[in-house]
Amino acid sequence: MSSKLHFITDGFVKNNPTFVLVLGMCPTLATTTSAMNGLEMGLATMFVLILSNIVISLVAPMVPDKVRIPVYITVIATFVTVLQLLMQAFTPAVYETLGLFIPLIVVNCIVLGRAEGFANKHSVGESALDGIGVGLGFTASLTVIGIVREILGSGAVFGWKFIAGDGILAFVMAPGAFLVLGFLMVLFNKYLAKK
Amino acid sequence: MALCLTVVCLVCSAVVGGAYALTKDPIDAAAQAKTTASIAAVLPAFDGVPEQGKIDVDGTEYVYYKAEGAGYAVISTTSGFGGALTLMVGIDTAGVVHNTTVLSHSETPGLGAKCTTDTHFMEQFRGFDPAAKKLAVTKDGGDLDAITASTITSRAYALAVSNAVKVFNQLAGGQSNE
Repeated sequence: MSSKLHFITDGFVKNNPTFVLVLGMCPTLATTTSAMNGLEMGLATMFVLILSNIVISLVAPMVPDKVRIPVYITVIATFVTVLQLLMQAFTPAVYETLGLFIPLIVVNCIVLGRAEGFANKHSVGESALDGIGVGLGFTASLTVIGIVREILGSGAVFGWKFIAGDGILAFVMAPGAFLVLGFLMVLFNKYLAKK
Repeated sequence: MALCLTVVCLVCSAVVGGAYALTKDPIDAAAQAKTTASIAAVLPAFDGVPEQGKIDVDGTEYVYYKAEGAGYAVISTTSGFGGALTLMVGIDTAGVVHNTTVLSHSETPGLGAKCTTDTHFMEQFRGFDPAAKKLAVTKDGGDLDAITASTITSRAYALAVSNAVKVFNQLAGGQSNE
């Protein structure tokens, strides 16, 4: 089992969905206005990613090549819908903040990308680990972007305000998302190149 | 090929259907709890369950909740800076605004979105008597301080409350036993 742990670390570092693969930019830019929002979005995506990876690696050998994409999308959409219903029922407040971006997980390139690029060629266990790894990588990236934007934009971390008054508003809005993402991407890849 | 896709779709529909059936009651309960909480937040304490109704005022349909002995909670939507701004406005039996709360908005974070956090702005509506004062921002000759740098949002907020007062007047005026 320990030999397979690299599937998790790969997803976290080498295949980091945000800073290396640069996938799923829409939710990354839109939902990271605060650390908490980024974390919640990451966890929601991870849930879908793990389950869709498992199911797709199970059904992949039986699915003819020509219809594989429709099958994958159907499977992913099913999990997203289930997640959406569950969130509406049990965490309505979270559902309200993330709103539109939950159904949009269906078209998140990370989920389909891992289905097409990994899960359909690997075993169930490996696919589950890959889902966990990439999901954690996505969650961590979104949380870090959220933390930076929340500190600069609202002077707070996870809602805990430590700088009084208004922050730099631009960082809560779209331009700040691009700036923070760009700088973090540079830092991440600089660190990777050194290794 | 077609068979495979059909089977996948059937299984997926069954899963979604099952999830829907399981979560339907909790979702309804959550929505209900939210409405009840916002009604309780904007009206004086009352007993019993508020009665829901609809009324047409100036060509717009409003949903309101009548709480016996406490007054009316009116859902009022106007156009803010970034989109629809929906408020729950509580008006007591004397026609005085008891409190207001934002149900949904899409105002700019840090600017107009302060309409949900700016206590100075929100407190102005507590106990606001529309008969004695004017429901508009000072810039428009009214008696409300606008949120700094968010005049459009403040105007929309004031308009929503003033529309709710109109709804109340029609509701209260139409009932002789009130």
